[in-house]
Amino acid sequence: MSKDWPLWEVFVRSKGGMAHRHVGSVHAPDAEIALRHARDTYTRRMEGVSLWVVPSASIIASDPRDDAQMFDPAEDKIYRHPTFYNIPDDVKHI
Amino acid sequence: MPSLPPIRPEDEEVALKTRPGGAFDAPVDEEHRATLFEMLLRLGDDSLILGQRLGEWCGHAPSVEVDLSLANIALDLIGQATHFLNLAGEIEGRGRDGDALAFHRDVLDFRNCLLVEQPNGDFAQTMARQLLFSAWQKRLFDQLAASSDERVAAIAAKAVKEVAYHEELAAEWVIRLGDGTDESRARMADGLDWMWRFVPELFELDEAAADANGRGLWPDVDLLRTGYDARLQTVLAEATLDAPKPQRPILGGRRGHHSEHLGHLIAVMQFLPRTYPDAVW
Repeated sequence: MSKDWPLWEVFVRSKGGMAHRHVGSVHAPDAEIALRHARDTYTRRMEGVSLWVVPSASIIASDPRDDAQMFDPAEDKIYRHPTFYNIPDDVKHI
Repeated sequence: MPSLPPIRPEDEEVALKTRPGGAFDAPVDEEHRATLFEMLLRLGDDSLILGQRLGEWCGHAPSVEVDLSLANIALDLIGQATHFLNLAGEIEGRGRDGDALAFHRDVLDFRNCLLVEQPNGDFAQTMARQLLFSAWQKRLFDQLAASSDERVAAIAAKAVKEVAYHEELAAEWVIRLGDGTDESRARMADGLDWMWRFVPELFELDEAAADANGRGLWPDVDLLRTGYDARLQTVLAEATLDAPKPQRPILGGRRGHHSEHLGHLIAVMQFLPRTYPDAVW
Protein backbone atom coordinates (compact mmCIF):
# COMPACT_ATOMS: atom_id res chain seq x y z
CA MET A 1 0.00 0.00 0.00
CA SER A 2 2.73 2.44 1.00
CA LYS A 3 4.19 2.23 -2.47
CA ASP A 4 1.19 4.23 -3.64
CA TRP A 5 1.71 6.99 -1.10
CA PRO A 6 3.99 9.92 -1.88
CA LEU A 7 7.14 10.51 0.14
CA TRP A 8 7.53 13.46 2.53
CA GLU A 9 10.73 14.82 4.05
CA VAL A 10 10.57 15.42 7.79
CA PHE A 11 12.22 18.27 9.70
CA VAL A 12 12.26 18.47 13.49
CA ARG A 13 13.00 21.47 15.70
CA SER A 14 14.58 19.93 18.78
CA LYS A 15 13.89 22.97 20.97
CA GLY A 16 12.89 26.59 20.75
CA GLY A 17 15.57 28.71 19.08
CA MET A 18 17.11 25.85 17.15
CA ALA A 19 16.64 25.42 13.42
CA HIS A 20 14.51 22.58 12.05
CA ARG A 21 16.77 19.72 11.05
CA HIS A 22 16.15 17.05 8.45
CA VAL A 23 15.64 13.72 10.22
CA GLY A 24 14.25 11.41 7.56
CA SER A 25 11.13 10.77 5.53
CA VAL A 26 7.70 9.18 5.73
CA HIS A 27 5.12 7.89 3.29
CA ALA A 28 1.64 9.39 3.61
CA PRO A 29 -1.40 10.00 1.41
CA ASP A 30 -1.53 13.74 2.16
CA ALA A 31 0.05 16.54 4.17
CA GLU A 32 -2.09 16.17 7.30
CA ILE A 33 -1.40 12.46 7.64
CA ALA A 34 2.25 13.07 6.76
CA LEU A 35 2.48 15.36 9.78
CA ARG A 36 0.94 12.70 12.00
CA HIS A 37 3.18 9.98 10.62
CA ALA A 38 6.16 12.25 11.20
CA ARG A 39 5.02 12.81 14.78
CA ASP A 40 4.54 9.09 15.39
CA THR A 41 7.79 8.11 13.71
CA TYR A 42 10.29 10.80 14.70
CA THR A 43 9.12 12.51 17.90
CA ARG A 44 8.04 9.59 20.06
CA ARG A 45 11.04 9.99 22.36
CA MET A 46 10.72 13.72 22.99
CA GLU A 47 12.94 14.61 20.05
CA GLY A 48 11.12 17.75 19.11
CA VAL A 49 8.85 20.70 19.73
CA SER A 50 7.93 21.50 16.14
CA LEU A 51 7.63 19.58 12.88
CA TRP A 52 7.78 20.40 9.20
CA VAL A 53 6.91 18.03 6.39
CA VAL A 54 7.70 18.84 2.77
CA PRO A 55 6.77 16.78 -0.29
CA SER A 56 9.99 15.06 -1.32
CA ALA A 57 9.14 15.91 -4.92
CA SER A 58 9.47 19.60 -4.02
CA ILE A 59 13.12 19.21 -3.02
CA ILE A 60 15.43 20.42 -5.75
CA ALA A 61 18.61 18.39 -5.45
CA SER A 62 22.02 19.03 -6.95
CA ASP A 63 23.12 16.57 -9.61
CA PRO A 64 25.87 14.20 -8.40
CA ARG A 65 27.45 14.48 -11.85
CA ASP A 66 28.07 18.16 -11.11
CA ASP A 67 29.83 17.45 -7.82
CA ALA A 68 33.24 18.53 -9.10
CA GLN A 69 32.21 21.96 -10.25
CA MET A 70 29.73 22.45 -7.39
CA PHE A 71 31.82 21.51 -4.39
CA ASP A 72 35.50 20.99 -5.18
CA PRO A 73 36.33 24.70 -5.60
CA ALA A 74 35.55 25.29 -1.90
CA GLU A 75 38.17 22.84 -0.79
CA ASP A 76 41.17 25.18 -0.64
CA LYS A 77 39.33 28.31 0.60
CA ILE A 78 40.25 27.84 4.23
CA TYR A 79 39.94 31.59 4.89
CA ARG A 80 36.18 31.27 4.48
CA HIS A 81 35.91 29.40 7.77
CA PRO A 82 34.94 31.62 10.70
CA THR A 83 37.39 29.86 13.00
CA PHE A 84 39.74 32.85 12.98
CA TYR A 85 37.37 34.79 15.21
CA ASN A 86 37.00 34.48 18.98
CA ILE A 87 33.42 33.68 19.90
CA PRO A 88 32.23 35.01 23.27
CA ASP A 89 31.42 32.20 25.70
CA ASP A 90 27.77 33.20 26.16
CA VAL A 91 26.93 33.04 22.46
CA LYS A 92 25.30 29.65 21.97
CA HIS A 93 24.31 27.59 18.95
CA ILE A 94 26.97 28.71 16.48
CA MET B 1 7.65 22.85 76.28
CA PRO B 2 6.72 19.43 77.59
CA SER B 3 8.23 16.50 75.80
CA LEU B 4 5.97 14.09 73.93
CA PRO B 5 4.79 11.01 75.81
CA PRO B 6 6.72 7.84 75.05
CA ILE B 7 5.36 5.53 72.32
CA ARG B 8 4.08 2.42 74.03
CA PRO B 9 4.12 -0.99 72.27
CA GLU B 10 0.32 -1.06 72.16
CA ASP B 11 0.29 2.35 70.42
CA GLU B 12 2.67 1.03 67.83
CA GLU B 13 0.40 -1.94 67.23
CA VAL B 14 -2.54 0.35 66.55
CA ALA B 15 -0.47 2.52 64.25
CA LEU B 16 0.71 -0.46 62.22
CA LYS B 17 -2.86 -1.53 61.59
CA THR B 18 -3.89 1.80 60.03
CA ARG B 19 -3.60 2.33 56.33
CA PRO B 20 -0.43 3.87 54.94
CA GLY B 21 -2.18 7.20 54.32
CA GLY B 22 -3.06 7.48 57.98
CA ALA B 23 -6.49 6.77 59.43
CA PHE B 24 -7.43 10.44 59.57
CA ASP B 25 -5.98 11.56 56.25
CA ALA B 26 -7.98 9.28 54.02
CA PRO B 27 -11.51 8.72 55.26
CA VAL B 28 -12.67 9.23 51.66
CA ASP B 29 -11.05 5.95 50.68
CA GLU B 30 -13.07 4.03 53.21
CA GLU B 31 -16.31 5.63 52.19
CA HIS B 32 -15.81 5.35 48.43
CA ARG B 33 -13.61 2.28 48.36
CA ALA B 34 -15.91 -0.19 46.61
CA THR B 35 -17.21 2.33 44.08
CA LEU B 36 -13.82 3.79 43.31
CA PHE B 37 -12.27 0.34 42.92
CA GLU B 38 -15.02 -0.68 40.48
CA MET B 39 -14.70 2.46 38.35
CA LEU B 40 -10.89 2.24 38.31
CA LEU B 41 -11.13 -1.36 37.11
CA ARG B 42 -13.40 -0.22 34.28
CA LEU B 43 -11.03 2.57 33.29
CA GLY B 44 -7.95 0.40 33.58
CA ASP B 45 -9.45 -2.59 31.78
CA ASP B 46 -10.73 -0.43 28.90
CA SER B 47 -7.24 0.92 28.28
CA LEU B 48 -5.50 -2.40 28.88
CA ILE B 49 -7.66 -4.47 26.55
CA LEU B 50 -7.65 -1.93 23.73
CA GLY B 51 -3.89 -1.51 24.13
CA GLN B 52 -3.43 -5.27 23.82
CA ARG B 53 -5.76 -5.39 20.79
CA LEU B 54 -3.89 -2.61 18.99
CA GLY B 55 -0.63 -4.37 19.79
CA GLU B 56 -1.82 -7.22 17.56
CA TRP B 57 -1.27 -4.89 14.59
CA CYS B 58 2.44 -4.70 15.31
CA GLY B 59 4.24 -5.82 12.16
CA HIS B 60 0.97 -6.19 10.22
CA ALA B 61 -0.19 -2.62 9.54
CA PRO B 62 -0.62 -1.32 5.98
CA SER B 63 2.66 0.61 6.20
CA VAL B 64 5.51 1.03 8.65
CA GLU B 65 4.27 4.51 9.55
CA VAL B 66 0.78 3.22 10.39
CA ASP B 67 2.40 0.37 12.31
CA LEU B 68 4.14 2.94 14.51
CA SER B 69 0.98 5.04 14.90
CA LEU B 70 -0.96 2.04 16.16
CA ALA B 71 1.83 0.87 18.45
CA ASN B 72 2.13 4.39 19.91
CA ILE B 73 -1.58 4.46 20.71
CA ALA B 74 -1.31 0.96 22.21
CA LEU B 75 1.56 2.03 24.45
CA ASP B 76 -0.28 5.17 25.57
CA LEU B 77 -3.24 2.99 26.55
CA ILE B 78 -1.13 0.45 28.41
CA GLY B 79 0.51 3.33 30.28
CA GLN B 80 -2.94 4.57 31.32
CA ALA B 81 -3.92 1.05 32.35
CA THR B 82 -0.83 0.82 34.54
CA HIS B 83 -1.80 4.02 36.39
CA PHE B 84 -5.47 3.11 36.78
CA LEU B 85 -4.89 -0.49 37.85
CA ASN B 86 -2.07 0.37 40.25
CA LEU B 87 -4.39 2.88 41.90
CA ALA B 88 -7.21 0.32 41.89
CA GLY B 89 -4.95 -2.12 43.72
CA GLU B 90 -3.98 0.57 46.20
CA ILE B 91 -7.62 1.45 46.88
CA GLU B 92 -8.55 -2.20 47.21
CA GLY B 93 -5.84 -2.59 49.85
CA ARG B 94 -5.37 -6.32 49.45
CA GLY B 95 -1.84 -6.22 48.16
CA ARG B 96 -2.62 -6.47 44.46
CA ASP B 97 -0.82 -4.09 42.10
CA GLY B 98 -1.54 -3.27 38.45
CA ASP B 99 0.36 -6.33 37.19
CA ALA B 100 -1.55 -8.65 39.52
CA LEU B 101 -4.85 -7.19 38.31
CA ALA B 102 -3.86 -7.34 34.64
CA PHE B 103 -2.30 -10.79 34.56
CA HIS B 104 -3.89 -12.75 37.38
CA ARG B 105 -7.59 -12.14 36.92
CA ASP B 106 -9.82 -14.38 34.83
CA VAL B 107 -12.05 -13.23 32.03
CA LEU B 108 -15.24 -12.93 34.11
CA ASP B 109 -13.49 -10.47 36.42
CA PHE B 110 -12.64 -8.03 33.64
CA ARG B 111 -14.75 -4.88 33.63
CA ASN B 112 -13.91 -3.39 30.22
CA CYS B 113 -16.61 -2.34 27.77
CA LEU B 114 -17.36 -4.75 24.93
CA LEU B 115 -16.21 -2.26 22.28
CA VAL B 116 -12.51 -2.53 23.15
CA GLU B 117 -12.38 -6.33 22.97
CA GLN B 118 -13.85 -6.50 19.46
CA PRO B 119 -11.50 -7.97 16.86
CA ASN B 120 -9.31 -5.67 14.79
CA GLY B 121 -10.81 -6.81 11.48
CA ASP B 122 -9.31 -4.71 8.69
CA PHE B 123 -7.73 -1.29 9.18
CA ALA B 124 -11.08 0.45 8.66
CA GLN B 125 -12.74 -1.63 11.38
CA THR B 126 -9.86 -0.83 13.74
CA MET B 127 -10.21 2.89 13.00
CA ALA B 128 -13.98 2.73 13.51
CA ARG B 129 -13.44 1.20 16.94
CA GLN B 130 -10.74 3.75 17.74
CA LEU B 131 -12.89 6.74 16.84
CA LEU B 132 -15.93 5.43 18.73
CA PHE B 133 -13.81 4.68 21.80
CA SER B 134 -11.39 7.63 21.83
CA ALA B 135 -14.16 10.18 21.24
CA TRP B 136 -15.83 8.81 24.39
CA GLN B 137 -12.62 8.51 26.40
CA LYS B 138 -11.62 12.08 25.52
CA ARG B 139 -14.86 13.54 26.87
CA LEU B 140 -14.78 11.24 29.87
CA PHE B 141 -11.20 12.20 30.79
CA ASP B 142 -11.99 15.90 30.31
CA GLN B 143 -14.57 15.47 33.07
CA LEU B 144 -12.53 13.09 35.24
CA ALA B 145 -9.75 15.68 35.33
CA ALA B 146 -12.12 17.49 37.70
CA SER B 147 -12.90 14.35 39.72
CA SER B 148 -13.38 14.65 43.48
CA ASP B 149 -10.52 12.14 43.82
CA GLU B 150 -7.32 14.00 43.03
CA ARG B 151 -5.40 10.84 42.11
CA VAL B 152 -7.96 10.00 39.42
CA ALA B 153 -7.96 13.64 38.34
CA ALA B 154 -4.16 13.59 37.94
CA ILE B 155 -4.15 10.45 35.78
CA ALA B 156 -6.99 11.77 33.62
CA ALA B 157 -5.36 15.17 33.16
CA LYS B 158 -2.18 13.53 31.87
CA ALA B 159 -3.93 10.96 29.70
CA VAL B 160 -6.40 13.35 28.08
CA LYS B 161 -3.64 14.82 25.91
CA GLU B 162 -2.78 11.36 24.58
CA VAL B 163 -6.41 10.57 23.96
CA ALA B 164 -7.03 13.85 22.13
CA TYR B 165 -4.38 12.72 19.64
CA HIS B 166 -5.89 9.22 19.32
CA GLU B 167 -9.27 10.75 18.55
CA GLU B 168 -7.81 13.14 15.96
CA LEU B 169 -5.84 10.41 14.21
CA ALA B 170 -8.81 8.04 14.10
CA ALA B 171 -11.06 10.84 12.82
CA GLU B 172 -8.56 11.67 10.05
CA TRP B 173 -8.55 8.06 8.89
CA VAL B 174 -12.32 7.63 9.09
CA ILE B 175 -12.70 10.76 6.96
CA ARG B 176 -10.15 9.61 4.39
CA LEU B 177 -11.43 6.06 4.12
CA GLY B 178 -15.08 7.16 4.07
CA ASP B 179 -14.45 9.86 1.50
CA GLY B 180 -11.96 7.70 -0.41
CA THR B 181 -12.30 4.96 -3.01
CA ASP B 182 -15.39 2.77 -3.42
CA GLU B 183 -13.60 -0.02 -1.60
CA SER B 184 -12.31 2.07 1.32
CA ARG B 185 -15.75 3.62 1.70
CA ALA B 186 -17.47 0.22 1.83
CA ARG B 187 -14.93 -1.07 4.36
CA MET B 188 -15.29 2.02 6.55
CA ALA B 189 -19.07 1.69 6.53
CA ASP B 190 -18.77 -2.02 7.40
CA GLY B 191 -16.34 -1.25 10.21
CA LEU B 192 -18.66 1.33 11.77
CA ASP B 193 -21.57 -1.03 11.33
CA TRP B 194 -19.71 -3.78 13.23
CA MET B 195 -18.83 -1.53 16.19
CA TRP B 196 -22.02 0.54 16.40
CA ARG B 197 -24.00 -1.80 18.67
CA PHE B 198 -21.36 -1.46 21.39
CA VAL B 199 -21.63 2.34 21.69
CA PRO B 200 -24.65 2.49 24.06
CA GLU B 201 -22.72 0.52 26.68
CA LEU B 202 -20.28 3.42 27.00
CA PHE B 203 -23.12 5.59 28.28
CA GLU B 204 -24.87 2.97 30.36
CA LEU B 205 -25.86 4.37 33.76
CA ASP B 206 -25.80 1.22 35.84
CA GLU B 207 -25.83 1.14 39.62
CA ALA B 208 -22.07 1.59 40.02
CA ALA B 209 -21.91 4.50 37.57
CA ALA B 210 -24.88 6.21 39.23
CA ASP B 211 -23.32 5.69 42.63
CA ALA B 212 -19.97 7.04 41.41
CA ASN B 213 -21.73 10.03 39.87
CA GLY B 214 -23.39 10.77 43.20
CA ARG B 215 -19.98 10.81 44.89
CA GLY B 216 -18.47 13.17 42.33
CA LEU B 217 -16.31 10.38 40.92
CA TRP B 218 -18.04 9.99 37.57
CA PRO B 219 -19.53 12.55 35.17
CA ASP B 220 -23.10 12.88 34.00
CA VAL B 221 -23.31 10.34 31.16
CA ASP B 222 -26.02 12.26 29.31
CA LEU B 223 -23.72 15.26 29.15
CA LEU B 224 -20.95 13.06 27.71
CA ARG B 225 -23.34 11.67 25.16
CA THR B 226 -24.31 15.11 23.84
CA GLY B 227 -20.72 16.08 23.09
CA TYR B 228 -19.98 12.63 21.71
CA ASP B 229 -22.89 12.59 19.30
CA ALA B 230 -22.02 16.06 18.03
CA ARG B 231 -18.40 15.05 17.41
CA LEU B 232 -19.34 11.85 15.56
CA GLN B 233 -21.84 13.74 13.44
CA THR B 234 -19.13 16.18 12.35
CA VAL B 235 -16.63 13.44 11.50
CA LEU B 236 -19.15 11.27 9.64
CA ALA B 237 -20.39 14.29 7.66
CA GLU B 238 -16.84 15.05 6.58
CA ALA B 239 -16.36 11.37 5.74
CA THR B 240 -19.59 11.60 3.65
CA LEU B 241 -20.88 8.59 5.57
CA ASP B 242 -24.30 8.09 7.15
CA ALA B 243 -24.40 6.96 10.75
CA PRO B 244 -25.20 3.23 10.85
CA LYS B 245 -28.82 2.35 11.47
CA PRO B 246 -29.70 1.96 15.14
CA GLN B 247 -28.96 -1.58 16.31
CA ARG B 248 -29.95 -3.52 19.37
CA PRO B 249 -27.43 -2.41 22.00
CA ILE B 250 -25.25 -5.12 23.48
CA LEU B 251 -24.36 -4.59 27.13
CA GLY B 252 -22.72 -6.63 29.85
CA GLY B 253 -18.98 -5.95 29.77
CA ARG B 254 -19.14 -3.90 32.97
CA ARG B 255 -20.63 -6.94 34.73
CA GLY B 256 -18.11 -9.38 33.29
CA HIS B 257 -20.39 -10.71 30.54
CA HIS B 258 -17.94 -10.59 27.66
CA SER B 259 -17.91 -11.69 24.07
CA GLU B 260 -15.99 -14.83 23.15
CA HIS B 261 -13.20 -12.63 21.79
CA LEU B 262 -11.95 -11.50 25.18
CA GLY B 263 -10.94 -14.95 26.43
CA HIS B 264 -8.60 -15.45 23.49
CA LEU B 265 -7.06 -12.01 23.95
CA ILE B 266 -6.49 -12.62 27.65
CA ALA B 267 -4.97 -16.04 27.02
CA VAL B 268 -2.32 -14.45 24.81
CA MET B 269 -1.80 -11.51 27.16
CA GLN B 270 -1.49 -13.57 30.34
CA PHE B 271 0.36 -16.59 29.01
CA LEU B 272 3.86 -15.46 29.89
CA PRO B 273 3.38 -14.10 33.42
CA ARG B 274 1.23 -17.10 34.30
CA THR B 275 3.68 -19.64 32.92
CA TYR B 276 6.74 -17.93 34.40
CA PRO B 277 5.32 -16.10 37.43
CA ASP B 278 8.58 -14.49 38.54
CA ALA B 279 9.96 -13.74 35.12
CA VAL B 280 11.90 -10.47 34.90
CA TRP B 281 13.56 -8.78 31.97
